[in-house]
Amino acid sequence: MALASPHITASVIAAVDYPDLVQHYQVTGVPKTVVNDRVEILGAVPEADFVSQVLESIA
Amino acid sequence: MIRHNPWMHAGAGGPADLDAALANLATPVTLVFFTQTFGCDTCLPARQIVDQVAARSELISVEEFNLVLDRDQAEAYAIPRVPAIAVAGKADTGIRFFGLPEGHELVSLVQAVLLVGSGDSGLSEESQALIAAVEQPIDIQVFVTPT
Repeated sequence: MALASPHITASVIAAVDYPDLVQHYQVTGVPKTVVNDRVEILGAVPEADFVSQVLESIA
Repeated sequence: MIRHNPWMHAGAGGPADLDAALANLATPVTLVFFTQTFGCDTCLPARQIVDQVAARSELISVEEFNLVLDRDQAEAYAIPRVPAIAVAGKADTGIRFFGLPEGHELVSLVQAVLLVGSGDSGLSEESQALIAAVEQPIDIQVFVTPT
């Protein structure tokens, strides 16, 4: 998605290296996706669902 | 002898597949690596993994910046912590990796290099149309573990 839009950034974060972030975002399982600190997506979801949930963050 | 070689434990697809895919890279990709001198145990091993990825193709280059000393670059790439890797093509893509890229994260890094090298997001036309309409900043953070 980051590749498809200049307005989107995407970070992959190694949970084990950043316990402070894990605590802050309450990561209890992976993959866990946090969008604009507002929307959370748990686990791996199909592309269409993922895109629509990401876009919810700016709705 | 390398006692711990993360490349050999990359999992999905295995090293041979990753090698083959990287060897077919079409356009240049830069791995912009951010490190710091003190207080970062994973920075050196992360740089070694970055070098291993870059060694797979002449089209992959590495630039290194220091989070503390190269503040302008850290700000330009919006890097708050290290080790960090920004994946860039002709321009920055907004794709970042934080922490030691081993296991799944290494596979994801290689896939990101391949995507950037191809210039194609690989998304469906429907997804691309939705994303093309985005005019506000969206920051996606994905937490992963090596296994």
